Order: sequence, then C-alpha cells, then structure tokens
Amino acid sequence: MKKRTNKKPKDNIGKLELISKKIRVDALKSIYNAGSGHPGGSLSVVEILVCLYFYKMRYNSRNPRWQLRDRFILSKGHACPALYPVLALAGFFPKKYLKTLRKINSPIQGHPDTRTPGIETPSGSLGNGLGIGLGMALGGKYTKKDFQVYVVLSDGEMEEGSTWEAIMASGVYKLNNLIAILDHNKRQGEDKVKKIMNFMPIAPKITVFNWEVLEVDGHNIGEMLNALDKKTEKPKFIVAHTVKGKGISFMEDVQKWHGSLAPTRDELKIALGELE
Amino acid sequence: MAAPEEISLRDAFGRALVKIAKTRSDFVLFDADVYGGTGTKPFVENYPQRVLQFGTAEQNMMLAAAGFSTTGLIPIVTTFAVWASMRAHEQLRTFICAPKLNIKVCASHVGLDVGPDGLTAQSLEDLATTRAIPNLTVVVPADAVEMGKATEAILNYQGPVYMRTGRSPAPVIFDDKYRFSIGKANIIREGKDVTIVACGLMVARALQAAHQLSKKGVYAEVINASTIKPIDSKTIIKSIKKTRALVTAEDHSIIGGLGGAVSEVVVKEYPVYQQFVGVKDVFGESGEPKELAKKYQIWSSDIVLASLKAMKKKVRYF
Repeated sequence: MKKRTNKKPKDNIGKLELISKKIRVDALKSIYNAGSGHPGGSLSVVEILVCLYFYKMRYNSRNPRWQLRDRFILSKGHACPALYPVLALAGFFPKKYLKTLRKINSPIQGHPDTRTPGIETPSGSLGNGLGIGLGMALGGKYTKKDFQVYVVLSDGEMEEGSTWEAIMASGVYKLNNLIAILDHNKRQGEDKVKKIMNFMPIAPKITVFNWEVLEVDGHNIGEMLNALDKKTEKPKFIVAHTVKGKGISFMEDVQKWHGSLAPTRDELKIALGELE
Repeated sequence: MAAPEEISLRDAFGRALVKIAKTRSDFVLFDADVYGGTGTKPFVENYPQRVLQFGTAEQNMMLAAAGFSTTGLIPIVTTFAVWASMRAHEQLRTFICAPKLNIKVCASHVGLDVGPDGLTAQSLEDLATTRAIPNLTVVVPADAVEMGKATEAILNYQGPVYMRTGRSPAPVIFDDKYRFSIGKANIIREGKDVTIVACGLMVARALQAAHQLSKKGVYAEVINASTIKPIDSKTIIKSIKKTRALVTAEDHSIIGGLGGAVSEVVVKEYPVYQQFVGVKDVFGESGEPKELAKKYQIWSSDIVLASLKAMKKKVRYF
C-alpha cells in the first residue's frame, strides 16, 4: 500500500526524476508498438503523474477500489500512454500489458477505461474529468471520507463549457479535497492555443471562481511537490507550465507530435538515446 | 365509465422519494434548479441535507453523479427529459453507462404532455436516445401507482436506469395490488383480435381505445410495456401469436422509441404488420396536452383507428 509520504519533498527529487525518465521510455515504446498514440501530450504530463503516484497519492494497487484511496482522473485521457507505465510501476498490473496498448482485447485501451485496474473513470472525451472529480470530492465530503481527488486537465479542454460548469460548482462548494492540475503546454489538437482559442492567461479566470491558483514549472519536480503539498481552504488549481513533447529534442513544441501518430523505428531509436 | 382520479406522475415520483427516504438513507437527490418542475420539492423540503444542487448545469450534474456514485451512494439525477437525455447524453453514455454505475436518471417533461411550454421542452426523442445506450435500463411507468412501485424497484436494481416521470395529471389505472418488475410487461386487458402495446400516459388511452373497440365487437389485448429496455419480448410475442395484429402507442416520436423496440423483436420472432401511434417525426408546439394529443394523433381515437387498420392488414397477410 502506498501511503501519503512523510518525507520532505527535496529528498524525493532525484528518485522521481529517474522514474520520469523511465516512464518516458515506456510511453514512447508503447506508442511505437501501438502504431499510434499521442506522444506530445504524453511527454508533457510525465512529471505531474510521477509526482502524484510516487510522492503524493495514497492508494493500494492490490485493492484498487479501496474506499479511502485518493482518486486520480486523467481528464486529458489521450495522454494515457504515459499513465499506463506509471500504473504498472505502481503495481496495478503487470508491465507486459504495455505491449498491448491500442490492440484488440487489450486490458489497456486507447483512452482510459474502467476495465483497467487503477482507472477510476473513462476519460479522453475532453471537458468531462473535472465534473467527475467534483462528484468524487462531494462524495468524500458527504460520506466524511478523508481522501483527495486529483484531476489532470489539458489546454484543449479549458475550452469546453462543462469544464467551467465544474469549476463554478467546485468553488461554490469550497471543495478543498479537489486538486486540478492543468498540463499547460500551450498547444492543442491542431495548433497553438493562441491560434485556436486564446483563453490565456488562465490563472485569473480560475481565481475569480473561488479557487486557489498556483503556477509552477510542470517539469520541475521540486516546484511540483511544493505545490502539491500546499494546504488550501479552497479547491486548488495548479497551472503546470510544460512543454509538449518534453524530453525528446525533435518532438519538443512541434505540433505534429500531438498525435495521433507514432515515431518510426529510427525516430524511436534517437528518442531512446536522448533519454539514456 | 366514471372519470378516474388523476395524479401527475412527477408528483407521484416526488411522493415516492419522500416515502422511501424514511427507510433508506443510501440515495441523494441531484437537482439542476428544477425541483419544482420535477415534482421533487417535497423531498427537497423534507430532506434538504440529502439534496445536491448544481444549478442549471446538467452536464456537470451528470458527471458529478458519476463521481459521487463511486463513494457508494446512489445519485438520483433529476431534470427535464430533454436535458437529461440529450444535453447530457454523452455524459450519461460514456461516464455512467460504460462503467455501469448505480445511478438513476429520473426525467420529467416528456412528450407532448409538456403542453404550453412548446417544443423546446417536449421530449419526443428521449426513449430513442437512451435506448441506444448499452447497459442502460429504460423505464416508463403508466400511472401514479406504478410510479411509486417503479421508483422503489429502480433503487433496488444495481446499475444505470433512465426513468420517465411526467407533468400533467394522469388517470390512476392500477390499484395497490398491481405488480411492477423491471423487464416485465403486463397484460392489463385480455383480448383476441389485436394487441396494443403502450407505455406511459398512452396506457390509459389504450384502455379507453380497447373499451371503444369492444363496442364494435373487437377485443383488444392491452399490454403495459413499462420497461422499454430490456423489452419483454416474451409477453409481446405470445400476445401477437394469438392476435396477429399489433399497435404500439407512445407519447414519443414513432422513430426509435417503444414502437422501434417492439418491432425489433417482432420482425425477428413473429413478423406481423405493425401500426405506430406516436408523433410522426415532427416537432410539437404550444397547446394543452389534450389538444396536442388530438392534433398529433396520439389520442385514444387514434389507437382505435390504428387497431382497425392493423386488423385489416391481418386478414390480407395471412
């Protein structure tokens, strides 16, 4: 069982950086194997996932439905190639599953699905994860269960009306057991956010809905841990500034790697070389 | 026939919730600023601590129900049918039905029965849109008695349910001995000449039609199909094997609702000509429910005409 850690954030940084590297390797390999996927947004979210699963969250991978577990929703479900290696490493399922990503009869689907141990809800249809997280957080308060709910959002889904419905209600209900993390890589499906629907800056808009907003470098583990540890009276919104395709030189901030596509064999080789 | 007592199905639903809440504490009412409209005001007044308010944000309410149910309680999600079944359709489909969550969506304002509000709130498509979703059970009680029993039954059932309630006063047709169970259609009047399968308000109209037909020497069998999905094919097929003439009647579009559900099983197992009484692929308009029912041909007299047509076809076909 993974309990909430008592260690100080700075004692974890080296270990978490190492894990992040491994997750990038596995994410890229499984996208390559699958023949498609979303490399850009998978690589930008890695540190966020690693900090949650290997530092912050309380869960029992042998009993994924344990009632007091902290809940996690990858609302930007298309980044699941990064989530599955995290879940495997956390012990929810064997690592060999990763080879089956996006294949028929696979326990790990192209977008998150509850058939996979450790997945709380289907996701990837943008704009829905935060509302589900809101419901979980309300349920926690209602049943007086002490768990936290973490929802990772994409830039694209900040354009969905349903996201804002959830932001409004969470602020009104003052759900301090709800933490949203925006993987703010400033790109979406087809182009830069600036070109498609420029909602930036995002922080002031969230603040007025009665959330506590923090801004961090989403690839800086020390900053992420401090933000996750910060106690708030209101729901917490962490704007994690990230880079799409982070860690691979030819993918960083290049639109075509949003997906859905996989690296070629040669590209994979170069990418894995860069991660060594 | 003496005019029967009339009770609105939404009021019956609200009363049922208050009654059931006395003995079980495992459900919570989700409302989107329409507790007056959905008939749940008595519950809101009696159990304010068991109500979660979402404002007029139905997609968010549906999603929050999905998250909330994972903590073990049963959300009863209430709003008008147009919003429950269409505005929040994807949320119902992907986040409630795919993971088979134990959530009850109970929708008022169904069909032309909505009346003067006009077409925006007249849900003529909800049975089609909900019936298409895997794992979702679809229930349409016919009167206040059945509504009470169905409300209890869906709470005892594990899994997602969509239930139509109603709006305007509806004749009470059953007494307390009536038995409701999910998936079971009931023959409520026996006959040999034509089978009328109806749901919701149309059950009372089907009974009136059967009464009128009997004066012409035609004996109609009336089936209350209060579960649209899964449809009780056994009861329906057994009846049409006897009558070989079929009419379906619903306050809903003729596309995709009860008529569709019935014909899907009939063509496979025992094909007969079917007459569809329902709204004929058009939108409604403002008016009193009864006026609308007559104008859009879902009145008891329309069921009589459809039954006679179905019987004529029977002679030619066999």
